[in-house]
Amino acid sequence: MTPDKTTGLLHRVKPRPGVIIRFTIDGRAAEARAGDTLLTAILTRGARLRKFEFGDGDRAGFCLMGACQDCWVRLAEGGKVRACSTLVADGMAIVTEGQRHV
Amino acid sequence: MSEAVKIAIVGAGPAGVRAAQTLAREGLKPVLLDEAMKSGGQIYRQPPDGAERPGAEIYGLEAKKAAAIHAIVPALAADIDYRPRTLTWNIVAADGRFKLDLMRDDAVSTMTADRVILATGAVDRALPFPGWTLPGVFTLGAAQIALKSQGVAIGRRVALIGAGPLLPLIVTQYMAAGVDPVVALDVTPFAAKIAAWRGLINQPATAAKGALYLLKGRFGGVKTQSGVRAIRALGDSRVAGLAYTTADGCEHTIECDGIGASFGLRSESQLADLAGGRFEFDQVSGQWQPVRDISGRSSVSGLYLAGDGAAIGGADAAELAGERAALSLLADQGGTVHEMRIRKLDRALARQARFRRALEAAYPFPSHMLDDLADDTIVCRCEGVTAGTIRKTIAERGPTEVNRLKAFTRSGMGRCQGRMCAHVGAELLARANGGDLVAAGRQRAQAPVKPLPLPAALNVEDPT
Repeated sequence: MTPDKTTGLLHRVKPRPGVIIRFTIDGRAAEARAGDTLLTAILTRGARLRKFEFGDGDRAGFCLMGACQDCWVRLAEGGKVRACSTLVADGMAIVTEGQRHV
Repeated sequence: MSEAVKIAIVGAGPAGVRAAQTLAREGLKPVLLDEAMKSGGQIYRQPPDGAERPGAEIYGLEAKKAAAIHAIVPALAADIDYRPRTLTWNIVAADGRFKLDLMRDDAVSTMTADRVILATGAVDRALPFPGWTLPGVFTLGAAQIALKSQGVAIGRRVALIGAGPLLPLIVTQYMAAGVDPVVALDVTPFAAKIAAWRGLINQPATAAKGALYLLKGRFGGVKTQSGVRAIRALGDSRVAGLAYTTADGCEHTIECDGIGASFGLRSESQLADLAGGRFEFDQVSGQWQPVRDISGRSSVSGLYLAGDGAAIGGADAAELAGERAALSLLADQGGTVHEMRIRKLDRALARQARFRRALEAAYPFPSHMLDDLADDTIVCRCEGVTAGTIRKTIAERGPTEVNRLKAFTRSGMGRCQGRMCAHVGAELLARANGGDLVAAGRQRAQAPVKPLPLPAALNVEDPT
């Protein structure tokens, strides 16, 4: 699937050229464009950044300006980053599945 | 050891950038600290490298203003000390100076400054409604930032809901991007708008712009509805629709896959609080604001406040206030007093303030929507605390102000530190205690004002 044909929450209003960035979401290969935030990279393909720690349902960001802290995502290596203010980078491995209490 | 500077400015939006420019002109070299990758703030947010697009496409009618602000930081490269990607996560006033805690690229450091200008901006003023934590529900500001910064829309069938001039603006921006919203709903009771319209037309340029946005929305074939009383996001794992109740009490549903909803703006005033600034309750906007006069001076000597972080005024007012605060700082440290310019700025700021008061009166925060909010609706998004839990706690344990309510319920204790819900907790308290929003108080700021990754907290950068 190319980055511009999207089935996620977000969709590009027009195709954008740019360097292809390769990363993974829950072990599955995914592509984005240089200049995409992690939030854009994930939500143009799906509808979840993480499972809610204290109840049912998924979360997928809210304010997009680094205030609401709803968009933290887990990296396979163990760290967490705020998806709306972090750029996607080659080789990033994102984990949105499973639940880890914080 | 800590880095020592004369002047630090926090925030590189319209206010911070104009403040920096004003000080640079005097040969002072302020440090400009900004959490973002590029200058411009949220209103003139720039796409990251690789995602650039023409300014006219991103900023529409505001393209010229955006370009002017964006040009300043690069032009001042040698005259200011600009530090992007730098979060100021604490500030303390001590011995007539300020100690700032910073984080850049996962390393923390400290800085002392003789004088500080805070230009920390604003975020959307949120109001909970059933389904508002579902993936696909965003703030109006988020809907706009997605478009500006990333060239993405929050859905293919988008419903936009608001209470203020941001709503028609974003409707127009989505239409221009080729995404016609399926519906645009204004929740402001009609009477409030009419009562305040007279004040709004005192500012011809802005009123005309508002009217243009409205007309475009209406004639563009977007279904609009005013005076909406209640909304619900529908869907199991993501947004599938929106239900809304019109003034006549009828509920309507519409299919959609994205919802943008928020109800005005709220100042990001945590640093002003931590620096010891006094706060006052503003009756018109119904919010607590850090005290500052028209000159930008706060209640703390050496601390200046400018832009939406001090009080919601919009980008044009922020530019003026940034320059004004810088001129105050300059005068206070014995520099040139630019009397003519100060008089002109004060007149312009007073005009902006009158307009803003009229606007706030026209679009009051629709807290009446909380009256019928279902008990199982989440109020605190971070901790998952419901309206029912908050109401029950208020009834059973009797807290009268928000910090106590937070201690009892954990509402406002999560990662966002009450940015999305503390004002809602106060509204619920006020409802239970005779309507006194002032007595309900405001949630105190805590450092760090945003979460720090643990590696950052351990990785202390020593600049000496």
